[in-house]
Amino acid sequence: MEATVALSVARYRPEQEAEPIFQTYEVPFRKDWVILDALNYIKDQLDGSLSFRWSCRMGVCGSCGMKVNRIPKLTCATFLGDFLPGPICVEPLDYFPVIRDLVVDLTDFMRKLNRVKPWIIRTAEKPLSEGEYLQTPAQLDTYTQFSMCINCMLCYSACPIYGLEPTFVGPAAIALAQRYNMDSRDQGAAERLKLLSGKDGIWECTFVGECTKVCPKNVDPAGAIQQYKLAGVADWFKSLLLPRGAR
Amino acid sequence: MRAEPSYTLYHPRWYRRRVSVWWWLQNRRYAWFVLRELTSVFVALFAGAYLWQLRALAQGPEAYAQFLARLGTPLFVALHAVTFLFVLLHSVTWFNLAPRAVVVRVRGTRVPDWVVVGVNYAAWLVLSAIVAVIVLRGRA
Repeated sequence: MEATVALSVARYRPEQEAEPIFQTYEVPFRKDWVILDALNYIKDQLDGSLSFRWSCRMGVCGSCGMKVNRIPKLTCATFLGDFLPGPICVEPLDYFPVIRDLVVDLTDFMRKLNRVKPWIIRTAEKPLSEGEYLQTPAQLDTYTQFSMCINCMLCYSACPIYGLEPTFVGPAAIALAQRYNMDSRDQGAAERLKLLSGKDGIWECTFVGECTKVCPKNVDPAGAIQQYKLAGVADWFKSLLLPRGAR
Repeated sequence: MRAEPSYTLYHPRWYRRRVSVWWWLQNRRYAWFVLRELTSVFVALFAGAYLWQLRALAQGPEAYAQFLARLGTPLFVALHAVTFLFVLLHSVTWFNLAPRAVVVRVRGTRVPDWVVVGVNYAAWLVLSAIVAVIVLRGRA
């Protein structure tokens, strides 16, 4: 007989349920299957009404983030074999409103992402005749890690501060702001400062550090936030101690 | 949560989970974080005791002897032992987190995390040794 594993999947069908319930499905166990394969098996063979998001199946698109046994994971990169004998609990990401089953509403994150201006800001563009903006490998190295973010929002789901203070800009958005702040071609740090060091910015963070632990791309948002705090404090001291010209 | 949610037409019928007051007990890593934050209270206690000692010292030898006698009571010994453990936890967890906040680059490459942590511990050891030397020399 083929080995199977049980998946306990959160269901929320707003026309039927006032709050989510769990439904258990038995799926074949294959050691090369990830949670997303099992969900697709359920959708194809067992219950077509199950809703979830996915796209690339290879850890690039950031669509299939869910909680697997209470830890935020990319389901395309989480193997069934790591959770034997089961049952494996699959839930939507925490702290985002659930639209249906495993699908959450992303609007809040998208708005925050937009507010940190994650693009290169120039006070004055160089004329084309002067050529491209050059960058050394060392300059590139300062922000590459933060540029790996795929907006999967696992870090938000791992951040209790975001749960308790929904206005907090949050780990990924701040890491992406830092990605541009540290880019030698960018001149927009002052524009981002007001939001990032304001009441919903970096000082909300109490350094739980879970965002960094769950990040599938090793972006280290907790590191980005602490480094920004340190730089902010250093700037403040400089503005206090040094004459205007020397800053 | 009401059993029958009220609906707005054409609007997604979201389900929002409220964060429990006990969120930090749901996961060992959150519990550890809260413990780390709580240690700051004990660090403050330690500082408070130190200020109290200075005050006694300023008031003269009699007050200082009284202070030392009070410190020797089992209650204060127990309190200090607990405080010491928490301050130790505070220092260790803080040092271990240092590489997240401090990025040091030497000739273009980032210094590995264990070096940053190691330098912190080394500084701690050296400072403790200096304090120990000063205190023990004062005794001799």
